[in-house]
Amino acid sequence: MSKQELEKVAGNGLINRRHLLGLGLAGVGVAASSSLLGADAGMNLEIPSWSKQPGPGASGYGSRSKFADDMQRLSGNPNPLYPGGGASRSPLHQLQGSITPNSLHFERHHAGIPDIDPSRHKLVIHGLVRQPLVFSYEDLLRYPMVSKIYFLECSGNSGTLFGPNPADGTAQSIHGLVSGAEWTGIPLYTLLDEAGVEPEAQWINAVGADAASMGRSIPLNRAMDDVMIALFQNGEPVRPEQGYPMRLFVPGCEGNISVKWLTQIKLSTEPSHFRDETSKYTDTRLDRKSLQFTYPMGTKSVITSPSGKMKLERQGVYQVSGIAWSGRGSIRRVEVSADGGRTWADAMIQSHQSEKALARFLIPWEWSGGDAILQSRATDSQGNVQPTRTSLVTEKGNISTYHFHGIQSWAVNTAGDVANVYA
Amino acid sequence: MSTLRKRITLGALCFSLCAGISSAVFAQSLGSPISESQLRGFDLIAPPDGSGYPGGGGTAIQGKVIFESRCSACHGMKGEGTSAVTRLVGGDMQSEKRPIRTVGSYWPHASTLFDYVQRAMPADAPKSLSSSEVYQVIAYILNMNGIIEASLVLNRDSLQQVEMPNKDGFIDSSQAL
Ligand code: HEC
Repeated sequence: MSKQELEKVAGNGLINRRHLLGLGLAGVGVAASSSLLGADAGMNLEIPSWSKQPGPGASGYGSRSKFADDMQRLSGNPNPLYPGGGASRSPLHQLQGSITPNSLHFERHHAGIPDIDPSRHKLVIHGLVRQPLVFSYEDLLRYPMVSKIYFLECSGNSGTLFGPNPADGTAQSIHGLVSGAEWTGIPLYTLLDEAGVEPEAQWINAVGADAASMGRSIPLNRAMDDVMIALFQNGEPVRPEQGYPMRLFVPGCEGNISVKWLTQIKLSTEPSHFRDETSKYTDTRLDRKSLQFTYPMGTKSVITSPSGKMKLERQGVYQVSGIAWSGRGSIRRVEVSADGGRTWADAMIQSHQSEKALARFLIPWEWSGGDAILQSRATDSQGNVQPTRTSLVTEKGNISTYHFHGIQSWAVNTAGDVANVYA
Repeated sequence: MSTLRKRITLGALCFSLCAGISSAVFAQSLGSPISESQLRGFDLIAPPDGSGYPGGGGTAIQGKVIFESRCSACHGMKGEGTSAVTRLVGGDMQSEKRPIRTVGSYWPHASTLFDYVQRAMPADAPKSLSSSEVYQVIAYILNMNGIIEASLVLNRDSLQQVEMPNKDGFIDSSQAL
């Protein structure tokens, strides 16, 4: 199929997403791979060495190919003045689909990862309840559980984009504080009902068993909704860096309130005003008033390929691919622009569109060797549309750098270099 | 109250429906009863309403000694910080430029200072201070910020009276959709 037969649907080379399906996909495949085949023409294929000898057998615990072990979380250097503190970011530019492997799920710790012996860990529910209760890990494993796929995003994710100058970064370094997983656990209301919530209770106060005893307050009506005590992540026990043996999981909301290493839930009439809901994780507006308890994460999308610091080696058809999510519903639509937002084309949403989960989107794009600015714009099931960076920064200012969910721009120059820009 | 109940029931219903299981299977009771008095050493929550504060107390003068030996390596001798996140003193929410937000300029409640230092500081040895030492060292931080006098004995009663400069600076957005 020649290039001319690929239907262009927006400026600067965006191709109708239907070419990703059936016959159309074959067309894209040919266009993208013809030059590759050309380079190897004349070479005869031979049976490789690994096809001539048996490999090692089955093992008790799997590991990835040594050829794929460059895929790493990106973390800062340990800081002796902040023992155990800091974050690591998921390699979004290398991942596919909408589930993050547990070993690459982003992390944020305030005092390191506690080494918790589950047989000695306790979960206490007390305060304004008829009967304060304590649960062991063994107790909790016996409750019926629910499993749901959700994203988790740190409210500081992409925060650098509030700054005056565009960071020279990658999808990972700028946006890597978001991940997706299947979480399995006990609906929180089950345990609250068992303890018997007193009518005057309005808040839960959740505290972790790490060295910072990190605490957050959550209104009871939200806590009674889809919040769970998560014990499993992608089928295996929640990993230590994600809160082993148990964490709170508050779908769609800033990651910090999904308190890890959960050990205490106290019901009260008022929030505790913990440090991480006053000093931090609050949003100071331009008028110097600050919004407190801003939980839901905005409607957002990020192009993960092509993305920052990649290089397009040759002209031709590329698949523009990325992830989209919303703390308020499912992703209904993702549009992509190759001309800095002048014209837009609908991308194909590849993964099942479930609530508060990552959705993978794709659209073919022909790069003809000129300048391009790639952007994506998500719309969720509530009709929320991802705003431009300019409108977000104009509205919110940049005193606080939480909850960035504006449209981000990757510029491709004539040499094929991809870089984060403000457009 | 009936609206809250309704919300709770609706929430439960939605969750079980979404998960494809009936709420009947949740009828389990495996928690063991415990009393609030058994949780006295476990529950560190010290909210603005004054509940949950231990006895003990002291002054900023006493706190200075603790601060200089236990905190200043990371927070600077005068609380000026060794990084943006460890600055504890100064700032002004009304400044023309991007305001510097610290305990003194930003925090709405003095209780948060007690609660946080008791649970999380010093970062290299959390929960190693006695209750009186926590009162004293936070008295010193409040004093360096010009919020209390050096001679004030900070304890569970006087802490309740401390007014923070930015106490009216916050808007509760917890019910925003
Ligand atoms: C080893 C370094 C270290 C020591 C020692 C230390 N701190 Fe900290 N402190 C930190 C770090 C790092 C943070 C920020 C933690 C975070 O953001 O999770 C912090 C945060 C704080 C904050 C909150 C600041 C804000 O604006 O949110 C207070 C208050 C505080 N420390 C008080 C103390 C006191 C009092 C002591 C001494 C008893 C002390 N710290 C000792 C490293 C230290």
